[in-house]
Amino acid sequence: MSTTKYWRAVNAALHEELERDDSVHVFGEDVGVPGGPFAATRGLRDRFGEWRVRDTPISEAAFTGMAVGAAMAGLRPVAEIMYFDFMTLAMDQLVNQAAKMSYMSDGAFSVPLTIRTLCGGHRGSGPQHSQSLEGWLAAVPGLKVVWGGTPADAKGLLKAAIRDDDPVIVIESLGLWTRRGEVPDDPDHLVPIGAGLVRRPGTDVTLVCWGDTVAVAVEAAEALADRGVDAEVLDLRTLSPLDEPLILESLRRTGRLVVVQDAQGPCSVGSEVIRLAATDGFASLRAPAAQVMPPFAPVPFAPDLERAYYPGAEDVVSAALKTI
Amino acid sequence: MNAATALRLYRTMARIRQFEIGASRLMAAGRLPGTLHVSIGQEAVAAGVCDVLRGDDHITTTHRGHGHCLAKGGEPVSMLAELLGRASGYCGGRSGSMHIADPAAGILGANAIVGAGIPIALGGAFAAARKGRGGVAVAFFGEGAVAQGVFHESLNLAALWRLPLVLVCENNLYAELTPVSVHLAAERVADHAAPYGVPGTRVDGNDVLAVRSAAREAVERARAGGGPALLECMTYRWHGHFEGDPQQYREDAEVAEWKAADPLKRLAEALPDAASELAAIDAEAKREIADAVRAAEAEPLAAPASVSAHVYSGGAAR
Repeated sequence: MSTTKYWRAVNAALHEELERDDSVHVFGEDVGVPGGPFAATRGLRDRFGEWRVRDTPISEAAFTGMAVGAAMAGLRPVAEIMYFDFMTLAMDQLVNQAAKMSYMSDGAFSVPLTIRTLCGGHRGSGPQHSQSLEGWLAAVPGLKVVWGGTPADAKGLLKAAIRDDDPVIVIESLGLWTRRGEVPDDPDHLVPIGAGLVRRPGTDVTLVCWGDTVAVAVEAAEALADRGVDAEVLDLRTLSPLDEPLILESLRRTGRLVVVQDAQGPCSVGSEVIRLAATDGFASLRAPAAQVMPPFAPVPFAPDLERAYYPGAEDVVSAALKTI
Repeated sequence: MNAATALRLYRTMARIRQFEIGASRLMAAGRLPGTLHVSIGQEAVAAGVCDVLRGDDHITTTHRGHGHCLAKGGEPVSMLAELLGRASGYCGGRSGSMHIADPAAGILGANAIVGAGIPIALGGAFAAARKGRGGVAVAFFGEGAVAQGVFHESLNLAALWRLPLVLVCENNLYAELTPVSVHLAAERVADHAAPYGVPGTRVDGNDVLAVRSAAREAVERARAGGGPALLECMTYRWHGHFEGDPQQYREDAEVAEWKAADPLKRLAEALPDAASELAAIDAEAKREIADAVRAAEAEPLAAPASVSAHVYSGGAAR
């Protein structure tokens, strides 16, 4: 184990996978010579050369499509879409092409493609650089969607995505970018896609979280402990396919559910978790589920507005107390 | 002109013609579900371009892609079985006419999204460049796709990285129901190449020999590391945008004029001494496709139990 910042863990994952497998190719805007807009690809071009790590024009649709075609033709591309919001420009290639290729070809083709993207929330990035669109992607059969809430998971999930034979969307958090955490040194340590993690076991209420809200839920769980409430923190890590058995198992233990999310509520991953609780998990529920989330509005820029927009630990505490 | 080459091109066009007639008749007879777009009249583009490709070269094509798939080595029985929703079809009956894909034949998929195959072919070209064995990728698309952003984005990227991508535009004068004068500002699609420093050529797309010769030049250049090229082939579809299209957007006289420029007839006229061979090729193609229709119709329908198969590459349903 080493203590590493979130962005350095991402950088290490890319170094290791480029080293391990010649078919891995990294491309995107500013990823080569500049070393990435936020340094995630620093040092890669010097180490692996222009063909393995390359700067593209600002053409998300074309370079995502290029990644799809290259994956179908035998490579393992890792395309970076600088901000999550910019994924909207590549939606045809992701939703109509990458996601459906295995199905449409009856399994003749697979698309071993990784898309890395950064959610810019919590950093004053404004309405078009801060969105959490994971719910859109998680609703598409054929895509896998992961979001690491710690440096170790950011690294392990990215490595697992690169080695996966299906298209995987790897979301990273600018809000966590310089956070430190313990990261395994083993270059073959992967975080399995499809597996959530109970970060803090508890018996009174399950706090479901992912990405930036993991730290919020952990902080809330500590505050709840001071008030005699034993909260379980369940980090989804993979948003599609969802680790349904883990969620149901936790609900059997606690009987109460609070979902904490940075995405707007309607049609979100949180809605899906609550659907699961209301159907397969219904017998376990001892109180109505709660969803702690931003208002149904774009992400504002001004620091005070942005702080008011995102759920904080105190919001989670009061929602959890209401379920008890 | 080499006689064997000419006969091979004629045979490819005759097979495409018969395939499309067969599919069209199946639909008219109510035996083929869904939507169907046939390429009768445009056979010379598929035949001429694919004739200069290797087995390991890649293509992407469009909703009107049967001809390209056949010319690239697609199997007519598997194609027809797919059109008919059969389990043994190329896509297990889950995709239909617009998604024929075959790794063995280098077909990275037909595509139901206009322009979407262009960046996918760009990826094929990137992979070919990385493998370093002189492979190329060809994107077939209609002039309607030239109004899509990905056409320009991909041309720019291919030019910057000198990727072995040959962009083949079948300009059949209509984007679905809309004439080219209404949907493209530039008079010639080929002129879009110059700003990117890429050679752009317009050819008579109903002259299979002209198509082949222009394609050979572009493909050889790309194989040698010379980068991408844009080829605009002027052609025409005899049928509507889709089978059943009432075609109120064009005049009968225009259709008749283009039927007179039939690519098969034109090649036949250039081969006056080969009449009996060409007749034999026509008969053989007719027989082959009739047999293929019979064989495909005899196949079992896709099983409802397969509905969630292959959503992920491991085959496991979520």
